[in-house]
This record gives sequence, structure tokens and C-alpha cells, in this order.
Amino acid sequence: MISFQNVSKVYNSHSVALEGVNLTIQPKEFICIVGRNGAGKSTIIKLLIGEEKPTKGRVFFGPYEVNKLKPQEMPALRRQIGIVFQDFRLLPTKTAQENIAFALEVEGRPQSEIDEFVPQVLDMVGLAHRARNFPHELSGGEKQRVAIARAMINRPAVVVADEPTGNLDPIHAGDIVKLLLKINELGTTVILVTHNREIVNSLNRRVISLDNGRIIRDEANGKYVLA
Amino acid sequence: MTLVLFVFLNLIIFNVLADSALAILRDKIDISVYFQTNVSEDDILKVQRSLASLSEVKDVEYISRDLALQSFKDRHKEDQTINQALEVLGENPLSASLNIKAKDPRDYPVIVSYLNNENLNNLVDQVTYSQNQLIINRLANIAETAGKGGVALTVILSVIAVFVTLNTIILTIYSTRDEIGVMRLVGAANKFISGPYIIQGVLYGILAAFLSMLLMVPLISVAAPYVKVLMPEVNINGYFYSNLLKLTGYQLGFGVVLGTVSSIIAVRRYLKI
Ligand SMILES: Nc1ncnc2c1ncn2[C@@H]1O[C@H](COP(=O)(O)OP(=O)(O)OP(=O)(O)O)[C@@H](O)[C@H]1O
Ligand SMILES: [Mg+2]
Repeated sequence: MISFQNVSKVYNSHSVALEGVNLTIQPKEFICIVGRNGAGKSTIIKLLIGEEKPTKGRVFFGPYEVNKLKPQEMPALRRQIGIVFQDFRLLPTKTAQENIAFALEVEGRPQSEIDEFVPQVLDMVGLAHRARNFPHELSGGEKQRVAIARAMINRPAVVVADEPTGNLDPIHAGDIVKLLLKINELGTTVILVTHNREIVNSLNRRVISLDNGRIIRDEANGKYVLA
Repeated sequence: MTLVLFVFLNLIIFNVLADSALAILRDKIDISVYFQTNVSEDDILKVQRSLASLSEVKDVEYISRDLALQSFKDRHKEDQTINQALEVLGENPLSASLNIKAKDPRDYPVIVSYLNNENLNNLVDQVTYSQNQLIINRLANIAETAGKGGVALTVILSVIAVFVTLNTIILTIYSTRDEIGVMRLVGAANKFISGPYIIQGVLYGILAAFLSMLLMVPLISVAAPYVKVLMPEVNINGYFYSNLLKLTGYQLGFGVVLGTVSSIIAVRRYLKI
């Protein structure tokens, strides 16, 4: 459902972020992307969600050829991908439940649906008791769970998490990973970008290793190995 | 923006004033045809009918010799020498005349050339144009120039207003850019993202429209007495209040257009939609 065909990305003449990347991801897969700082992991994500355009090659997502989408066609693509960032990207002026509801509001879903789904998802990420708290009143792990709840509420085909555990302690990081596994069990493709060796090794799923913009390893039951 | 709308409103009112002033003055232009004293009333009435049948002519007024004498006497009631002179003369020295008004001041030459034909030449003593024509043309020119200046000022201020509004909206966009980024990532459609900014621009327009109307209230009441002295026939106070709805409508329309244009430009440039 996702495929990168000979994709290269050059931001400017002295930084080549990706080079000749070929990659296919099947529906319902759970894959980890690992690599050093600056290896090009986030760039892969940005190309997938159409935030950046590839310098060379083509990016497919389901029926969309992402590199050819017009700006007004982007929202349709974005609604099929739930994204979780290391820095959460929650709206500071909205409570946890409002932040989650927001993803449904932008799609123009009726209020009745919002009232029904938001508590369900909050419950799933274990934050029912924090529904009315603002982001600054939540811990990092809680914020990250709100972000995941927002990413999954409109039942996207894919959830992408770019270093979601980056600033969490091991216990909270473990919780997040369990949550992602749960989402994956419900039939959603999960792409997890991480630096965390223990997580990758314990997952024992497909691992794609990047180095200097190239895929150096792509193993079905991979381990966290660099260089 | 309020300032622009204020100038715009002034322009409307100025145009109304200038138009009515010109209309009043135009009404005062006419041609008088004085007949020889020996021409019979019947002949004059015949000429009057034929003039009245011309399509350019609005109105022909017949002033008989008696009537002319009467108004002459009235005008010079106090002047003893004139009264004595009239008595000495014994008979009425004044000629009968026709006052002709054209529908359009530009048609006077046509009427004059009609009067110059042969049949009439031996009846007519003299033809006079009132001196008003020149003044009126001059006034019309002044009004037109002032009107153009007003339009230019409105245009220039509009551009400035668009820039100011643009900047305000850009600032708002800038201060909510994180939010916009999040909206984008969640898949908000462009309409959803830009809607609030467009509404902001429209609200500015509406606010400015009402403010400019409010500003006009004291100005009108200050200006009204002066206008009344110059042109008793024109009542701008009355004009303003009886057209309040229409004027507010114009202001709202113009304000909303300005606001919308500014916000659309802002959104296009800074949200890259
Ligand atoms: N907007 C940009 N403009 C120019 N260069 C960029 C830009 N974004 C990323 N790069 C460069 O592209 C390369 C890959 O960046 P990318 O963000 O994909 O790395 P990453 O693997 O996500 O790293 P990290 O682990 O630090 O998040 C880096 O060398 C980076 O400096
Ligand atoms: Mg990164």
C-alpha cells in the first residue's frame, strides 16, 4: 500500500537526505525505521505525508501518487495517515479531549460522532481522567498518548510515529509501544521511527536501517544494528 | 479602513451635493427672445408653439409686453427717474419675449440656430443668452475635478487599507502558525484553515463601515448649515438621514469587499493555498 520507488531527496547542494530509496510496506505491517541522527528517517515520513517533495523518484500511498498531489488534494491524504511526533504538536489552547476531537472536526464529522468516539479513544489510551486537562497540565507520556489518540481517532489506514518515545522514561515508552501494538492489532499499519534499541529488539518486527540516506538493511524480524 | 470608508462616504455625499448644485444652476440657464414691439401676440404665440414642438426644448414661457412692464416697474419701484421717464413716454417701451429652457444645456446652440432662420429674423429684435452658462460650465468642471480627486484619494486609501488589514491578518496567521501546522497535519481542508481569517477580514470591513457612518454624524451636522446658506434647495442633513440605510449598505458593501480582498491575499500568500 506504501511504496517508495528509487526516491532521492536533496534539500540543498550540500545535504543529501535520501538516495535511491526503494521500499514497500504492506497493509497491517508494523515496521521500525532506525538510523543515526540525520540518516534521513524524518525525511521519509515527510515525503510520505507530502510535506516535502522528492527530488527524484515516486512515492505511492494507496491510490495516491504523493509526489504529484496538488495542495488541495493533500487533506484527503493526510486524513488517512495518523501522525505522532516526538514534540507532540498539541494545540496548547485546547484540552486533551478537544485536541482529539479536533481531528474529527476538520473532517466535518457531526458532533454526535465526536461525542461518541472521543471518550472511547481517551479510554483506550488510558486518559479518561485527564480529558479536561490542557497540554501543559499533562506529563510527557500523557501528552504523547493524547497525540496518539488524535492520530488514531479517525481510523486512519496508517499511523506514523516519529520518535514518539524520545523524551519518555522507559516505563512510559513501553506503554506507548504497547499502545501502538494494540493499534496494529486492530488492523492499522504502524510505522515507528525510533532510536530506542530495547524497543526495537523486543518488538522483533520488520526493521529498516538507514545510514546516510540509504537503506542498508531491511529485515523481517530485525534487530537494532547500526553500521 | 475606517478612514477609507469615511472618505468614500464623503465622496458619495459630495457627488450628491455637486449634482444637485449643478441641477439647480442648469435650471437657471435660458434663452430670451425679444420681439419687435409691433409684432402681434398671435404671431408670438405661433412661434411659442413651434418652439415647444422642438424635441430639445423643455419649456417656453411667454412674457407679454404688459407683464414685462409690470415686472420692470416692480423692480424699479424706488427709482423715481425711471418711473418719471416711463410716464413721459406714455406708451410701453418694452418688448414681449419668450423664455426658452432646453432639456439639456448642450442643446442651446440647436435652438439658437433655429431662431436664426429667415422667417423669424424680421420678428425678432434680439436674442440673449443668460451669462450663467459660463459659470455653470466652470462649476461643472470644478465638481468633476474634485470628484476625480476624491476617487483617486479613495483608491489610494483603499490600497493602504488593504495593506494594513493584510498586515493585521498576517500577524494573526503568524501567531497561530503552530496551530495551522497542526491543522494541516490532521488533514484540515484549506477552507477550514482559511475560513477564520477570511471572517476576520470581513469583520474588519463591517466594523469600519459602522465607524465611518458614526464619524459622519458630527461632520454632517457641522456642515449642514453652511450648505444651507450656499444652496437653500439642498438639505444634506435630510439626505443623510433619509438615505441612512442605503449609505450604510454602500459602506458595508465596500468595507466587506476591502476586508475580503485583504484576507484572501493574506491567506493566499501566507498559507500558500
Ligand atoms: N528542511 C531541511 N533543509 C535542509 N536540510 C535538511 C532539512 N531537513 C533535513 N535536512 C537534512 O537532511 C538530512 C536528514 O534529515 P532527517 O531529519 O531526515 O534526519 P533524521 O534521520 O530524522 O534525524 P534525527 O534522528 O536527528 O531525527 C540531515 O542531514 C538534515 O540536516
Ligand atoms: Mg527525525
